[in-house]
Amino acid sequence: MPSLRGQACIVGIGHTEYRRAKAPEGTNLTLELRAAEAAIEDAGLRPHEIDGILPFFGLDNAEEFAVHFGIADLRFQMTSHLGGAAPGASIATAAMAVTNELASHVLIPGGWWGYAGRRVREVVVQDVSAMSGGANARDYYFPYGLTAPVQWFSMLARLHMNVFGTKPEQLGAVAVACRAHAQKNSNALMRGKPISLDDYLASPMISDPYRLLDCSLEADGAAAFVVTTTERARDLRGKAVPIVGFGQGQPFPADDIVTRADPFELGVTHATSRAFEMAGITHADVDFAEIYDPFTFQVIQQLEEMGFCKRGEGGPFVEGGRIEMGGELPVNTHGGLLSEAHVLGMNHFVEAVQQLRGEAGERQVPDAKIGIVTGFGDFGDGSVVVLGRAS
Amino acid sequence: MSLTSRPVPVLRHLAAEFYAHCRSGELRFQRCTKCGAWRHVPRQTCAKCGSWDWEWTRSSGRGRVFTWTVVRRPMHPAFANDAPYAPVVIEMEEGVRIVSQVVDCPPDELRKGMSVEVTFDAVMPEVTLPKFRRASGEGRSA
Repeated sequence: MPSLRGQACIVGIGHTEYRRAKAPEGTNLTLELRAAEAAIEDAGLRPHEIDGILPFFGLDNAEEFAVHFGIADLRFQMTSHLGGAAPGASIATAAMAVTNELASHVLIPGGWWGYAGRRVREVVVQDVSAMSGGANARDYYFPYGLTAPVQWFSMLARLHMNVFGTKPEQLGAVAVACRAHAQKNSNALMRGKPISLDDYLASPMISDPYRLLDCSLEADGAAAFVVTTTERARDLRGKAVPIVGFGQGQPFPADDIVTRADPFELGVTHATSRAFEMAGITHADVDFAEIYDPFTFQVIQQLEEMGFCKRGEGGPFVEGGRIEMGGELPVNTHGGLLSEAHVLGMNHFVEAVQQLRGEAGERQVPDAKIGIVTGFGDFGDGSVVVLGRAS
Repeated sequence: MSLTSRPVPVLRHLAAEFYAHCRSGELRFQRCTKCGAWRHVPRQTCAKCGSWDWEWTRSSGRGRVFTWTVVRRPMHPAFANDAPYAPVVIEMEEGVRIVSQVVDCPPDELRKGMSVEVTFDAVMPEVTLPKFRRASGEGRSA
């Protein structure tokens, strides 16, 4: 079986403005079509040339995109059920599809009125049984008031604090780094609103140990990308960023966060070596990391589980500017879900592509050759994608 | 599910059986009759050995606080007046973990490893939830 390393590329990216609107202006599909249009245009394609669509679970289906873009012969569609790890999983699916000639140009869209529309806390309560593991939450967590991601993931942060001595200031270092990066990003919701560690510590407690500034930003927006083969990409206008490795994984059991033999196990615990082996890289080769950041501790946890530091050392690892621009491993160079916007992790791919095209402007990581993007979904599903420099 | 009513389990299949035992005042977990492994949340087969054979086996009811969160800002309207409250993960003597609450312990007195024992809370005529209280000998503030 030949390796998929470098066989496919992201050849187009697009996104809407990220914002917090007073009321939804259209549907989720409105936002997703706008982002998709931009991605297709960026690739140098026409909408009807898309013949594969990987829509986001729970949002819009492939038929709706096909009908709006006049795609009369959609050859391939598939949806990943890995929640926030789905964009990375879909990149892998797209790479496999185009490499095996199941489709030529695959569109991956995702976006929502995540602020002006239904908020996550409402979606989780109303639709929890649609989520992987949701029935367990409904029957065994919700009756005790454990009803929202901020609550269940804060329990892991507390456990880490109790076992390893991780400090609130270390969670704060993640929030401060992401906010600093957002100051150089015109699409970041928190541009113009820098924070200090003192601001972090003074922010109101939501679900102790998580404060307001540990939480990502519910937002309105969408992003999309187009994947094709490296061979086809040579004839297209879009600057192609090669997909050099990918992996996905799940903790065990994936559908219940409290009963894992190893409570800190995540999908990326398994996905990272798969992705790095395919890419033929080691941790030292990674120039920047866009890490799915629903909450601050989940960045620390993923850094540990990916092997950038040892289990228990993630707190000290994120201190001292190591994950800031100019540090050893810049993390979330756009501000992340914490300070750019929560656009389902789709925005992490947009940023990685801009970095590897050398088009990130004043937040460009100098001479970036290898970037990684993680996904984190549901109760810890994971994906890791390794991207290379645009040719 | 309504946004305002207090969430309760859907009493179907294995969840119905688990909560029926609670209603009788017994905390029982599934135990594989082939390999002896305990499990929770309820499952149809044993992840250790693949067997479909199991029994609802009575738990000692004793466990220790594993981790918790203190909800200051409830995300569900039904809990709006409960804050601060603490959903807690208990590790039972049998090895399984369960989400619950420690009813006689203010959130700021929770400690990892604190010994607790089961008690039952009939939240509705048809639903009794297993909850926990401090085991005798666990310190209590004056």
